[in-house]
Amino acid sequence: MSGEPSPHTRPTTRLDARGLLCPLPVIRTQDKIRKLKVGEVLEVVATDPGVLHDIPAWCRVHGHRLLVSEQRADDYRFHIEVA
Amino acid sequence: MGMHDKNANAPKRAAALISGGLDSMLAAKVVLDQGVDVEGINFFTGFCVEGHTHAIRKKDRSRQKRNNALWVAEQLGIKLHIIDVIDEYKDIVLNPKHGYGANLNPCLDCKIFMVNKALTQDVLDRGFDFVITGEVIGQRPKSQRADTMPVIARESGAGDRLLRPLCALNLPPTLPEREGWVDRDKLFGFHGRDRKPQMALADAFGFSDYAQPAGGCCFLTDERYAGKLADLWEARGVRDYDFDDIMLLKVGRHIRPAPHYKLIVGREEGENNFLSGYRRRFVHINTVSHTGPLTLIDGEPTDGDLVLAARIAARYSQGRTAAEVSVNVHHPSGTSSELRVAPLLPTELEPAWHVGG
Repeated sequence: MSGEPSPHTRPTTRLDARGLLCPLPVIRTQDKIRKLKVGEVLEVVATDPGVLHDIPAWCRVHGHRLLVSEQRADDYRFHIEVA
Repeated sequence: MGMHDKNANAPKRAAALISGGLDSMLAAKVVLDQGVDVEGINFFTGFCVEGHTHAIRKKDRSRQKRNNALWVAEQLGIKLHIIDVIDEYKDIVLNPKHGYGANLNPCLDCKIFMVNKALTQDVLDRGFDFVITGEVIGQRPKSQRADTMPVIARESGAGDRLLRPLCALNLPPTLPEREGWVDRDKLFGFHGRDRKPQMALADAFGFSDYAQPAGGCCFLTDERYAGKLADLWEARGVRDYDFDDIMLLKVGRHIRPAPHYKLIVGREEGENNFLSGYRRRFVHINTVSHTGPLTLIDGEPTDGDLVLAARIAARYSQGRTAAEVSVNVHHPSGTSSELRVAPLLPTELEPAWHVGG
């Protein structure tokens, strides 16, 4: 559930959810993913520590694959493959 | 009227309102176990206690990191759609047709709104056949009463497509029961404020560690919060709010020494960090000679007001007993000035200045 994705799973879309507090990053992720096709990868960047729990939980509930879940110096980064 | 031929039809699709609390979890589970295709709907109004508020205050972070609605969905194995209704919800808060409860909680209008919204929710290009709520007659004084149950069903437009599995036996059979989509014999007749039946049912399902927020999951039922919202409307002379307003009401001490301005004083590091995100939009004060809070000033303070505000900020700093504390006052224009002030004495801080009590 971590590490760099292989080339074919590179994100095709990016969501900047920095500055948003939970559950807004999850809501924005959900709305974005609704517009994507199966197999596409979304990158989400957020700053609220709540996302560390909420985004993986949301992915599990909907069956999407979390390819990357990473805590960086100033933010959190996720790659989600749409199921 | 037991129906035992529900499997003769394709599974029906139900939207369950999921708050993250126990009752809505149980209601969804009862129907899910009858073979109905249940999906959860959770509404984010901006007043939810759930979520970000836990992230703001450091002391709350260790206690709770999870989003309870998501946790419930995961326990039940159902999908959960979290819907942003911040803008639409304003009309419910500002103009509730059925009025408020004990505070500024428009619970009845809120429930009508949410049931309607869930029923008309278009998920995967399909609507739902019926809506499930965790309502129990007599559970809540404003919205969950015998006389409000039909009002919610009627005014939401759901009519008899609204099923309350926990108290269904106290109500006339709904469409899902009459059509045999669910077996009425397997529903419940809970009533009143006693929580024991719900807890026993939770035990029977093997649920533990569920959330039991005192006073529900909405800040509008909170007396202090409602006091701050009422104060905001009074000070501005208009009943309105935006998202940032209602976020800021959740954070810090709110102190209003005069009608034309108030202070928002961070109570700890997490709140200071949160308030810091707003600092460029407000006159704000930080203490220089001593460690202290970040203080935002909402309104139109005069220079004299800023001296008092600085003294209040100093009063909440580590220098509260010092003879003098130096502070920086920053203006949104980018200019700033240093003030050296005597911290306000506790006796000088009028109790009535504390907004929301």
